Amino acid sequence: MDWKVGSPVGFLQLSHPALEWRFFHLPRLTLVFLFFLPFLLSPGQVSAAESFLVPLGPIAQEQKTHFLWVIALTMVAIFPVFILVPVILIKYRRKKGHGIYAPKWESYGPLELMMWGVPFMVILVLSSMLWRATSRLDPYQAVEGVLPPIQMQVVGLDWKWLFIYPDLGIATVGELVIPVHTPVSMTLTSDTVMQSFLISALAGQIYVMPGMTTKLNFIASKTGETEGENTQFTGRGFADQKFTVSVRSEEEFHTWSEQVRAVGIELDTATYHRLAERSTRRKAHSELATAQMPAKAIYFTLPNLQLFRDIVMRYHSGKPLSIEEQPGTEKFGRSRDAVKDAQP
Amino acid sequence: MSSADHFWLGKLNWDSIVFSSFLHNPSVSEAVASAAGSIVIFATLATLGLMTWYRVWGMLWSEWLTSTDHKKIGIMYIVFALVMLTRGLLEGMVMRAQQAAAPEGFLYADHFAQLFSTHGTIMVFFVAVPFLVGIINYVMPLQIGARDVAFPVLNQISLAVTVSSGLLMMISLVVGEFSTGGWSAYPPYTGADFSPGVGPDYWIWAIVFSGVGTTLTGINFTVTILKCRCPGMRPFRMPMFCWTALCSSILMIFALPPLSVAALMLGLDRYLDFHFFTNDLGGNMMNYANLFWLFGHPEVYLLVLPAYGVFSEVFSTFSAKRLYGYKSLVFATASIAVLSFTVWLHHFFTMGQSPTINIVFGIATMLIAVPTGVKVYDWMATMYRGRIRFTAPMIYAIGFLILFVVGGLTGVILANPTVDFQVHNTLFLVAHFHNVLIPGVLFGLLAGYNYWFPKAFGFRLNDKLGRLSAFLWIAGFMMTFLPLYGAGLLGMPRRSFSYMDLTFKPFMVVAFIGAMVILAALITIVVQLIVSVRNRNQNRVPVGDPWDGRSLEWSIPAPVPSYNFAQLPRVTERDAFTEAKEQGYAYQPPKVYRDIELPKNNSLGFILCVTSGVLMFALVWYMWWLALASALLILGAVIASSFRWESEQVISASEVQSDTERWLGLVKKSQAVDRDFENTPQNTGYAKLEH
Repeated sequence: MDWKVGSPVGFLQLSHPALEWRFFHLPRLTLVFLFFLPFLLSPGQVSAAESFLVPLGPIAQEQKTHFLWVIALTMVAIFPVFILVPVILIKYRRKKGHGIYAPKWESYGPLELMMWGVPFMVILVLSSMLWRATSRLDPYQAVEGVLPPIQMQVVGLDWKWLFIYPDLGIATVGELVIPVHTPVSMTLTSDTVMQSFLISALAGQIYVMPGMTTKLNFIASKTGETEGENTQFTGRGFADQKFTVSVRSEEEFHTWSEQVRAVGIELDTATYHRLAERSTRRKAHSELATAQMPAKAIYFTLPNLQLFRDIVMRYHSGKPLSIEEQPGTEKFGRSRDAVKDAQP
Repeated sequence: MSSADHFWLGKLNWDSIVFSSFLHNPSVSEAVASAAGSIVIFATLATLGLMTWYRVWGMLWSEWLTSTDHKKIGIMYIVFALVMLTRGLLEGMVMRAQQAAAPEGFLYADHFAQLFSTHGTIMVFFVAVPFLVGIINYVMPLQIGARDVAFPVLNQISLAVTVSSGLLMMISLVVGEFSTGGWSAYPPYTGADFSPGVGPDYWIWAIVFSGVGTTLTGINFTVTILKCRCPGMRPFRMPMFCWTALCSSILMIFALPPLSVAALMLGLDRYLDFHFFTNDLGGNMMNYANLFWLFGHPEVYLLVLPAYGVFSEVFSTFSAKRLYGYKSLVFATASIAVLSFTVWLHHFFTMGQSPTINIVFGIATMLIAVPTGVKVYDWMATMYRGRIRFTAPMIYAIGFLILFVVGGLTGVILANPTVDFQVHNTLFLVAHFHNVLIPGVLFGLLAGYNYWFPKAFGFRLNDKLGRLSAFLWIAGFMMTFLPLYGAGLLGMPRRSFSYMDLTFKPFMVVAFIGAMVILAALITIVVQLIVSVRNRNQNRVPVGDPWDGRSLEWSIPAPVPSYNFAQLPRVTERDAFTEAKEQGYAYQPPKVYRDIELPKNNSLGFILCVTSGVLMFALVWYMWWLALASALLILGAVIASSFRWESEQVISASEVQSDTERWLGLVKKSQAVDRDFENTPQNTGYAKLEH
């Protein structure tokens, strides 16, 4: 990254007698300096490919448009504040001000009406926009597309995401690949504490909770790469809980899924237990991945197509779960060796 | 409850002390933790040592710790809040440094998580709440012409449990560790399975006890405002600050119980294996989220309303003009208070509920922008056709007006579920709530501190340093938090101790420098206090009206005598004291002097402070015998104190008369000072009227 820090440092080293550092100079100059610092430090180009500001699909695109509209409309109510406050301060300052003085003036009907009326009208317009946008962008509502939707199941673990493609019989960790122009219909759950799933460039976030499922529907309108993440703090490895999202053409997606099926290891109970332990994606990769898999991803084949259901139902057995039986606790996996022994 | 626990010490052992982790693992992260622990220990020892050296224990006991005087209790609240502010701010600094230094960094992830958990808990519960309760305590009874709050001993008890919970937070720096679950402590992460340590227990007990204190305060203030107003003080003649105090107190009564209940339910899960919020056996963490935010959203209005009240007083006084749109402001305040209970769900739009629910709560949230906007316009109209003086409180107020509008804008943005789906849980949200809590709440409280300080202590604070501090706060705030909006829009989650994407780095570096500016602002406040105390003899305002004030608190001497008013005032107008000054009946002696009854000193508050502190510590560490003993002591102390028959002391009429005549003599001797010389030694608190 290109750090342009030369100029501010030079600024500090000025030693011209005209710039004598007096007590009251210091804060003023510091303020000026600090205000411009972000611009001086900003790297050559800001990459925002992980954000809805650079959308990869229509949902994020609409969210961005809505965001800009809200700013623009709210400006109607707040722009006068930015303009009028300085004007009032200058005109009615006690020293050298030149406005008239009306100490008992305290109410004026038409002005009161405007004060209540303008923000109310703005909020009225914004509310109708909110209503329409919220119903249209309901994450539970299937996205219409020419192609049939691809079903996906997502499991939040500590501290990685498991993506299950039940129709293809494969699963991945650390890498989500989807075909372009194909609606994606996700069902999500957690096999640890509550998390929040976000692929900013494609759709908004949704909570994932143990024993419960939520839904997320979106579609990608162009190919490309972005990043997804968990935004709900879940402990030590939280900051690392990201994954690459790759939108590919239909053929590339097909090739990729074939490759996953070819090199993937079996996601049986023992492997799943190892995966569900408290570990970052990197650690899980070093424990489970084989040499044919990419550096950041782990590929699986699915012997048990009921895996997702089993995960959700873990919390509905009607029996208490001991700490050793709950993925995501520190003690989970202590009995792993026992499980391993049970499976030949 | 494992059987390995020691009978006397519970879970406590040598390894619980923060220094032992440093000895086991001497790293920078542990060094920071040990340094923080040492500061607590040394600061405590130094304070105790100095107090012994200067032999102030007796004075402290009889004048302060056992006092039931609302003014002294208010001052103690504020001192406590400022101490906690220092800690919270330093924690913010360390976090900013970590994120600026990331991806390398110097803190462990767990240590960073403790920092953001304590920072949030402290800033909300042990800075904002006690600071505003302190200011209301001091000012509100004076503004409504009362001798004290309705229940003076209850007031003392509220302070006692708030302080003891704050001390528990301090102890967590030295013994054991604090929760890593954030200030909102969402289960199941904070449940016994995922956080087996003592951290969440520290959080639970600090929240439960301080929450009880705040609820009691709310009851106390509400009753005071409803029942203790002086003759003629009709509701619509009350100063704006009292209206905001009333609405805020009602919020305290209704908003705090859901929090206490949620925290206790989490406690039942952790201590007694209940399953309210666990993953298994039908527990549901979203019930916790509902209860928490049923408290949490009214809470932010509880904090900001009194600040609005302070700003209303400041704008009107320093524009030398009536408050514009008083009735509008009252209705706006009341409607904000009511609406604040209808919006909690916007804290979890992303839970997966139906869009209809999100629409209802989204629109309710945006509706709050209407009365808030009205308030902003009313303050602008208050300055319009006034004579504006740029004193320290006014600088805070102007900074607030501009910056708060930005916070309002981002609030409206977040109220849209569509956009919230994107920026929820990111730094955009962090920037938003700091944007409303710092320029909104903290600026208001600091403006109030500068504004009413001369009333409380009899001398003015140095205004030049006050203004410098205000400017530094404004600049520091902008540099620290405006970049976070950008980082949030680019998708940086809150509570990340590190990041791989270097796009965020410049934002974090600027935010760190901003945090240093905020630290400079805090240091300036300390310097201002020291300088002002040193020069106090040039800045005394014994007559009591240094700013040409408009409400009753300025009509009495500074500092205020223990009985507040020699004779309870009779009010005929809204700006009662301005009216009196204009009609020429200010500074008149009472017709007759009477004996005044005041509540006696009481040691119950101090006893409860100590015993509740011990009780909480015992509960955190599973020392059951100690918990039982201190609980019995609390019960015993409360029962014993209710057998005190002599709860009032009498100030004789002759003492009141000699005080008052001495003060009125001083008024006669004083020169009325023009506003141009407000911040010069000429200002002895006798204001010349503006024409």
